[in-house]
Amino acid sequence: MPETIFSVQLFATCLVDAIRPAAGLATLRLLERLGVKVIVPSGQTCCGQPAFNSGCLADARAMARYTIDLLEKSSAPIVVPSGSCGDMIVHRYRELLADDPAYASKAERVAARTYELSQYLSDVLKVQDVGARCRRTIAYHPSCHLLRGLGVRSAPSQLLDSIADARCVSFPGAEDCCGFGGTFAVKMGEISSAMLDRKLDAIVESGADTVVACDAGCLMHIEGGLKRRGSNVAVRHLAEVLVESE
Amino acid sequence: MNSTPMSFHQRVSHALADGQLRVALDRTTERFTLNRVAGLASLPDADAVRDRARSIRLHTLSRLDEYLEQFEANVTSVGGQVHWASDAQEANEIVLDLARSRSVKRVVKSKSMVSEEIELNQALISGGVDVVESDLGEYIIQLAGETPSHIIAPAVHKTREQIGQLLADKLGVPMTDDPVEMTATARSALREVFLQSEMGLSGVNFGVASTGSLAIVTNEGNASLTVTAPRIHVAMMGIERVVPTLDDLAVMLLVLARSATGQKLTVYTDLLTGPRRGDPDGPEELHVVLLDNGRSRLVGTEVGEILACIRCGACLNACPVYQQIGGHAYGSVYSGPIGAVLTPSLDREGPWHVLPEASSLCGACREVCPVRIDIPRMLLALRAETVRSGKANQWVRIGFWLYRIAATKPWLFRCGVSMVRQLTKMFFVNGWLLRLPSPLSSWTQSREFPVIASRTFSEEMRDREEGSGDE
Repeated sequence: MPETIFSVQLFATCLVDAIRPAAGLATLRLLERLGVKVIVPSGQTCCGQPAFNSGCLADARAMARYTIDLLEKSSAPIVVPSGSCGDMIVHRYRELLADDPAYASKAERVAARTYELSQYLSDVLKVQDVGARCRRTIAYHPSCHLLRGLGVRSAPSQLLDSIADARCVSFPGAEDCCGFGGTFAVKMGEISSAMLDRKLDAIVESGADTVVACDAGCLMHIEGGLKRRGSNVAVRHLAEVLVESE
Repeated sequence: MNSTPMSFHQRVSHALADGQLRVALDRTTERFTLNRVAGLASLPDADAVRDRARSIRLHTLSRLDEYLEQFEANVTSVGGQVHWASDAQEANEIVLDLARSRSVKRVVKSKSMVSEEIELNQALISGGVDVVESDLGEYIIQLAGETPSHIIAPAVHKTREQIGQLLADKLGVPMTDDPVEMTATARSALREVFLQSEMGLSGVNFGVASTGSLAIVTNEGNASLTVTAPRIHVAMMGIERVVPTLDDLAVMLLVLARSATGQKLTVYTDLLTGPRRGDPDGPEELHVVLLDNGRSRLVGTEVGEILACIRCGACLNACPVYQQIGGHAYGSVYSGPIGAVLTPSLDREGPWHVLPEASSLCGACREVCPVRIDIPRMLLALRAETVRSGKANQWVRIGFWLYRIAATKPWLFRCGVSMVRQLTKMFFVNGWLLRLPSPLSSWTQSREFPVIASRTFSEEMRDREEGSGDE
């Protein structure tokens, strides 16, 4: 076990907690394997993004304050295994609480030390190869808020490229939205489904046996679509494949 | 702005079921998107030029009143006349009065989204004035009796095969799907119109405050004829389309065509300063109609930056929603991401609060905008406004209120998760829900829905802590 010099708080997000705990556990294991001491603050719930995106700002603010209080108990950096929740904390908390004297500076502080997982691995730990090994043909779907919100373009691909025995394939429209968009998938179900169809066609066409993304929302959307099609393509969070050693 | 009797969701279903539309949209949005990337790559430092373009637009908006006054003074000093219209009705009356008082029987038009916004064609036709569109795309949709479905490519929803059929039906020419032949057909039909029209009506891409000049860009040269052949030129311009100087105009032109079609410049760029003054050609009269129609009210608001838009259409081409449903499904003159912000902002009483919901907030529009308008942020602001004004769906409001109560009390959140887990366990098949009740049913029309994990991450963590306590 390497000597622990980094310490972080893991904010798992509500979707990972309830729907995809494997991604949270893999994140935890991965960070610990890299010598990072991981605190998982208890009592964590939801960052408030779904309410924010639906225009319910009072509700979003309440959830943001709650999450900020939780994360302010420690000064350790915060790692989030989700691009969209990371973007919410990094960019939207500031906007949402700009006029709240009690929380504006706290929001700034929390935002400044929050990282999406691949961002933390590449920018803080400076790791590009985590020593993973798996026999997979991987199509990486860059989730919108990770790519265009947090501006993380290359880190996940570099991490995936370094997996021994795995092969990454490209596919047309990789950077296009999968159609999830939170409540958008329900409110605009038909449009969302049409967007997903295009994404799934491209993934299946690519010959990949595994889709990887850094956001539990996109993953559950893509996986739900693949299941409906009866497809065998596996769906994994980045952390899940990075802890594989076959 | 016309609202159609169908609801937004009905129009969407209609659009998604239209195979021809999908073919047409796929062909053009992809071509525009790829061309845009190549076009911007031809600039030595596209990012810096976009920053410059943005700062020019924002600076102009911050002193819009001054630049408009300067623009008016300079248009007047070169012999033109400026008319201020506070809304659509006023603008239409101004143009109709000009036509009537000068015995105009026929108007030839080049492309103008402002004229679509105020439904000027209908106003002129019901006032007894004949109107013919001279932009090829606009000509096509005028023949078809439709509205534009894209800011710069009004007939983008039609395949060339459909257009060939339309020309055959309406003009009695032989059916062809050859764009060159079709263009020649329209060209010969329009040539007579240019010669017979007493009034030419154009849009304005930019008005230059320091000189009173109007910049109009086209690829067909139809605006050049529209503004010179007839006796009278009437230019329709939104009040936000002013730029301070010719140098500023040059910066805007660097990004406009590149963002729109990928061209370095459009084939024709007309820069008009006043009517004929001793020249052998040009109109005898120049009238500029400056339209507010809700714009000035937006200055300084959360959506005020939307006025920086230069109508390149890049956000439409990049938008995965627009790519699926096209422009008509929006039901408004302005479609796509820009339309989803502009339409409900300009027409606050209209049935438009659904439009800001028609976005997954993916940010593709923000990425391609030449003046870096943060469209997703404005869509969020408009959604919040919908909630504030009580127009939001009740289940959304109540749902998030309950969710917030639970999410700020961890014990309640845990209970809630367990309860949902128990509930979903009763219905799942191999770990997935195949059918959800309304209002969630639209998810399971095309996708399975996951169930709550048998051990959530926080439950795993609690076990781990208890486990480590035992050691």
